[in-house]
Amino acid sequence: MTIATFPPEPKPEPGWSRYFGFCTDAKVIGIQYIVTAFFFFLIGGLLAMVIRGELITPQSDLVDRAVYNGIYTMHGTIMLFLFIFPVLNGLNNLLIPTMIGAPDMAFPRLNAVAFWLVPIFGFLLMASFLVPGGPAYSGWWSYPPVSIQNPVGHFINGQGLWITAVALSGVSSIMGAINFVTTILRMRAPGMTITRMPVYCWTALAAQSLQLIGLPALTGGAIMLLMDLSFGTSFYRAEGGGDPVLYQHFFWFYSHPAVYVIILPVFGIFSELFPVYSRKPLFGYLYVALASFIIVGLGLIVWVHHIFPSGVAQWMRNLFMVTTMLIAVPTGVKVFAWLGTLWGGKIRLTTPMLFSLGGLFNFVFAGITGVMLATVPVDIHVSNTYFVVGHFHYVIYGAAVMGIFAAIYHWFPKFTGRMPYEGLGKLHCLLTFIGANLNFLPMHPLGLMGMPRRVSSYDPEFTFWNVIASLGAFLLGVSIIPFLLNMVSSWIRGPKATHNPWNAIGLEWLLPSPPPEDNFGEEVPTVISRPYGYGTGEPLVEHQAEIERRLELQEAAA
Amino acid sequence: MTSSSSRSINAPAVAGVSLWVGLTVVFSHWMGQQAHRWLPVQASNAAPLVDDLFSFETSIGTFVFVGVVSVMVWVMLFNRAEKYDDSDAVPIEGNTRLEVIWTAVPFVLVMAIAFYTIQATSELGVLGPMEHIHPRDQQEELGGFAGDRLPTEQVEVIARQWSWEFRYPDSDVSSTELHLAVNQPLTFRLVSEDVLHGFYIPAFRINQFVIPGRAINLNLTPTREGVYRLRDSQFSGTWFAANQANVVVESEEAHRAWLEQAARSPLQPGLTLAVSEYATRQARPNPGWATVPPAPPPQVNVPGSPDQPHDA
Repeated sequence: MTIATFPPEPKPEPGWSRYFGFCTDAKVIGIQYIVTAFFFFLIGGLLAMVIRGELITPQSDLVDRAVYNGIYTMHGTIMLFLFIFPVLNGLNNLLIPTMIGAPDMAFPRLNAVAFWLVPIFGFLLMASFLVPGGPAYSGWWSYPPVSIQNPVGHFINGQGLWITAVALSGVSSIMGAINFVTTILRMRAPGMTITRMPVYCWTALAAQSLQLIGLPALTGGAIMLLMDLSFGTSFYRAEGGGDPVLYQHFFWFYSHPAVYVIILPVFGIFSELFPVYSRKPLFGYLYVALASFIIVGLGLIVWVHHIFPSGVAQWMRNLFMVTTMLIAVPTGVKVFAWLGTLWGGKIRLTTPMLFSLGGLFNFVFAGITGVMLATVPVDIHVSNTYFVVGHFHYVIYGAAVMGIFAAIYHWFPKFTGRMPYEGLGKLHCLLTFIGANLNFLPMHPLGLMGMPRRVSSYDPEFTFWNVIASLGAFLLGVSIIPFLLNMVSSWIRGPKATHNPWNAIGLEWLLPSPPPEDNFGEEVPTVISRPYGYGTGEPLVEHQAEIERRLELQEAAA
Repeated sequence: MTSSSSRSINAPAVAGVSLWVGLTVVFSHWMGQQAHRWLPVQASNAAPLVDDLFSFETSIGTFVFVGVVSVMVWVMLFNRAEKYDDSDAVPIEGNTRLEVIWTAVPFVLVMAIAFYTIQATSELGVLGPMEHIHPRDQQEELGGFAGDRLPTEQVEVIARQWSWEFRYPDSDVSSTELHLAVNQPLTFRLVSEDVLHGFYIPAFRINQFVIPGRAINLNLTPTREGVYRLRDSQFSGTWFAANQANVVVESEEAHRAWLEQAARSPLQPGLTLAVSEYATRQARPNPGWATVPPAPPPQVNVPGSPDQPHDA
């Protein structure tokens, strides 16, 4: 029934080596991204342990102050540019083509280049630990004039390498964004109209559009910073007629939306997972999907709330406060829709579900402190204190990283063909949830009491909460062990996964686990209904029963 | 299973939910009261306004948080799938009325908070704090502030890597410890000689970045006698954490006496931890990663005492 193909013999199972080379298969690139990201996650986490080790006592005693400043700068930089963005791009690579039924990304070679820039700028950033004078130490914001002081006086210095790495990260992210946006807009399966697209793809489209709009501002701002640092220009030097506050606008014009680049796909993950493990359709699918774009629109006009104490006119403070508060509305829509999805469901507390519920809990808490931070007088008091550090760690670690773990456990069987172990997964989830709350909750009272962020020593009245936070941090450090054990052992010898172990609805679950290189190949199914048809009895695609029977037969034969 | 339809009213369910909502309201109110205790003592006229706003937000935030978590806990307890039950739940795809409600209610809520905040901010603006005075500000051109609240004193604050210097031009005094008279409005003039710094006195609830190349005026009235901490809140380099100073709020008489005494004191090096730590560090065979050398200690009439206990 099939015509003769060349080469006549089936291709040998592709080996491990493809994960270490320039490969254009989005599923390989996805795993490359995720594994690279977790490599850097361990480095960033180790730096966090040093930070919390230093802060367990009021005195500056564990490391030298200059070392502390370098370490906290690198912690933030690594976690954002080398962990969270790459890990999300990894998920995009795995999920977008399979969810929309595309054989690969729109520009596979560009995709591979975007990935390979990550180890390159990662290496550059790591190299800054070894250059004379040490790495950048001015925080992940790199505000001038501190960032252009260049105490070591060399042309090659940690700060210069830092800016170069961040600019390269921007180039890589722009390449990725072009690819994701094009793929989603142009390569959907027949019948998959935009209003039948899974919410993860909606949120990825929203997030990647933000990258395209925002990143040029940051990259331009960073290039001017590099010129000030290395070539004596004075874009930001007050004594040369420049304005240091200008940099803050360039920086936050991108870096606030960057938070939505991170959290939107996590909203997507929650929107995918709650229906699966509640056995109910996503409540108000279209509104949840559209809310992503309301967040994009508002997210672009809130950046000044980061610099309220910078000397911003009163009318600007009021305006940016109102826009910031408004973001609570579309975000609330999503949260309530997830609750509506859970309500009256048939809940299964699997590892991915537990991570999602924990992530939602933390996210709601972060949202409330976020509204507090939006209101100017409160923000003025806690700006640049540990209250802010607590708030964004709840967002980034408590919500986003927990959501990412949920996604990894949920889609692990699909892309590795093996099932992860539930016991280790639940242990990982429990340790993460307790560790994160123990680590980040105490930061709020510290900030309210007036402990500034980025300090290498502090007044003794802050000791109690810092000790608790440090213990929580060490627990978080430990929580990674069951995760790594689980990933490695289940990938090597976990039970074989069927094509749809969670009984989930979606195009990716109509592919074998792991999917072939070109996914559906020539036989892309035609989508005939909205996603998340749990309990409706409506098939997602034409001839769904046939496709599933064929997959089951293949699995039985294997 | 109880399914609430709009026709038949499930009395026990309504009573249960009402009771829970009532308890949550009480708890939220209590949390709002507690919120005051998480903040430092109120030592300026700005503090009560900030604290009341924070307390209000804590109440509302607690209510929302408890509400969401209650639903999560409820479904985790009572909506669990039975063991070996592979079936799906009743497919509810949405409810337009509910979606309109949960868009409108948060919208009204955040706009109410925003309105309250704008009012509080403008009140703070009249009082003086947080007012960043612009070159073309009418009030500044007229050289004054709202009516009878002309500041009695102007204090120039000079931020450096890493020390704070306070100058009292009217009395020809300089110090590395900030002395202020209680209940007397004053204006700070904030300047930086090198990088960004943050002029942050938690007990006053003020936090203003000091920007090189600009002089920023900040008006404020201390309202409580005591010793407080001034902390640098904008990362300023290696000894950022050590860039702190004491703020002494004293009675008007004590303040006048202090100024007179200070004016007679000879100039001497002011307090700066960075200079001594830098010297120890450079004496090591390998001083470590590069750092900007600290500015020499400012020459002041009163260095102040670094070890006196502070209230906040």
